[in-house]
Amino acid sequence: MEAKVIHAIYTDDDLLMQAVKQTRTANYNITEVFTPFPVHGLDKAIGLEPTRLAITSFIYGLIGLTVAVLMMNFIMIADWPQNIGGKPSFNFYQNMPAFIPIMFELTVFFAGHLMVITFYMRSKLWPFKKAENPDPRTTDDHFLMQIDAGHHDVKKLTKFLYDTGAKEISLIENEEDH
Amino acid sequence: MYTLPSKLKLFSIILMVIGLAGITYGFFSTPSTIDDVKEIMAAENAHGEGHGTENGEEHATEETHEANFVDVARGKEGYSKNAMKHEKDVHMEGHGDEHLEHVLHQLQTKPWSATFVSAFFFLMLALGTLVFYAIQYAAQAGWSPVLFRVMEGITSYVLPGSIIVFFIVVFAGTHFFPWQNEELVAGDKILQAKSTYLNFPFFLIRAIIYVLGWNLYRYFARRNSLRQAEVNNYDPYRRNFKISVYFLLFFIVTESMMAWDWFMSMTPHWYSTLFAWYVFATMFVSAITAIALVTIFLKGKGFLPFVNDSHLHDLAKFMFAFSIFWTYLWFGQFMLIWYANIPEEVTYFIIRIQEYNLLFWSMLVLNFVFPILILMNSDYKRIPWFVVMAGVLVLVGHYIDVFLLVMPSTVGAHWSFGITEIASICFFLGLFVFVIGTGLGKVPLRPKGNPFIKESENYHY
Repeated sequence: MEAKVIHAIYTDDDLLMQAVKQTRTANYNITEVFTPFPVHGLDKAIGLEPTRLAITSFIYGLIGLTVAVLMMNFIMIADWPQNIGGKPSFNFYQNMPAFIPIMFELTVFFAGHLMVITFYMRSKLWPFKKAENPDPRTTDDHFLMQIDAGHHDVKKLTKFLYDTGAKEISLIENEEDH
Repeated sequence: MYTLPSKLKLFSIILMVIGLAGITYGFFSTPSTIDDVKEIMAAENAHGEGHGTENGEEHATEETHEANFVDVARGKEGYSKNAMKHEKDVHMEGHGDEHLEHVLHQLQTKPWSATFVSAFFFLMLALGTLVFYAIQYAAQAGWSPVLFRVMEGITSYVLPGSIIVFFIVVFAGTHFFPWQNEELVAGDKILQAKSTYLNFPFFLIRAIIYVLGWNLYRYFARRNSLRQAEVNNYDPYRRNFKISVYFLLFFIVTESMMAWDWFMSMTPHWYSTLFAWYVFATMFVSAITAIALVTIFLKGKGFLPFVNDSHLHDLAKFMFAFSIFWTYLWFGQFMLIWYANIPEEVTYFIIRIQEYNLLFWSMLVLNFVFPILILMNSDYKRIPWFVVMAGVLVLVGHYIDVFLLVMPSTVGAHWSFGITEIASICFFLGLFVFVIGTGLGKVPLRPKGNPFIKESENYHY
């Protein structure tokens, strides 16, 4: 398959948002947008599905809570009961107030860390990975919109993109994908 | 412009009349002598026996089981009895006439407490809203100005509400505050040491300062806010910013002292450093819930076309966040007292767990478990009926919270939820609806002229 994409570069986030909306109304397919900072509302404008990361985070939190309960039960009740401050640890329920901070911390710990790891995996990020960023300027002050040029008339598309306010437009024919 | 519909007006007036009748009944039906108390207790016993011996026995075992809840949780028999033996504020046990006299006092206190719980609960909604409003001004928040008229409507209840609460706490005397009993103080070194702060003249002066300060801010903030709609410069807005900052400083000090004066000094031997914050958390979360509910109500009627679901989303986020904040403080107070296990501190929780077991735990479920589960999902925060559902649960939960602040400290084990309690809720709910309904109706609900109004209307999450 021949992958032909157009990179349109903008210099302002408001302009980019407007361009994204216009491009989508004109039925062109935006494959990716690169921005130096998170642009508010861009995900909705591109039409990305809402993230499911929150659901995974909730599940990880529940796992963390369970781990904490089992762990404290094993450490403080089953394996080595101790009499701390006149509170003999005969069962979990009698000592629960003391365990709640740990339950809370592990819930947050699991939810936070596992969510970040999930995010890395889902975004295919790992150490020493080569950057996918097509233009280093998008890490500074430029915004790049990548449009699938596939079956469209490139000239017409270029003209359209100029009208949306693009500063620079380049056609990328990706040979590696052959 | 909103006008209180005549039906709602009539409804609120009926509520007030019914409530007033019930409260009056509550005050007149209290026993006045020890003999009355004996009769009441005898009647209670007869009632228990009336179910037959077997039932009576079952009932008795159930009671012992409940009474030993703390012992069971402690894994030590006789723990609670031992701890309560040193308790000076809430006398659980006693002998003969002395005990009866105490029960008489508690029964006479009951209508006072019932009225105070509801009066303070509804004042709390308005007062917390006033603080939220001041924070919006002080922070120069851009999202919230569309809700300013709604908040101002709710805070119109601060004036009548605070005056009623003022009179209750001033006239309650020894019903609420044992330190006002001179005989008791004469024989109590701890209370004598505290008498430089806990004495009636100073108490009265403080109460006047709180009520006056809150109402003055409300008066000037509202006036500036209304003037902003008419002038071409931003002077009223700037003035409001300034007085809001000073009000917040004033409020956090007076709120702390108010919590000590009106709640903590009901048990003058017991204290907790966290207490004022705890009362504030209750106040704040209920107030934000009240704002959300009133906003949803008005928007449902079509009076707030400029409020979108992003505003609702933010209010629900605040409800969610402050429910967790409240739980954090609740647990912070509970765990330290539980862990340290100092006799004069644990009595506070022993009486609440023993005599108010169901309310004590159900409050946690209502104020923490439900809000966290219902409001966790981002999308649910935008669905009005979801927010209403969570809001009603939160309000019920925090009513119970105030109930548990007041009742165990004043009437101890002799509490019940009867005519007086329900009537006082009716009365103050009626008054609340009536006052904020008329308060909302005075001006257009769109705060014209506010420098952030456009940003607020376009607010989009």
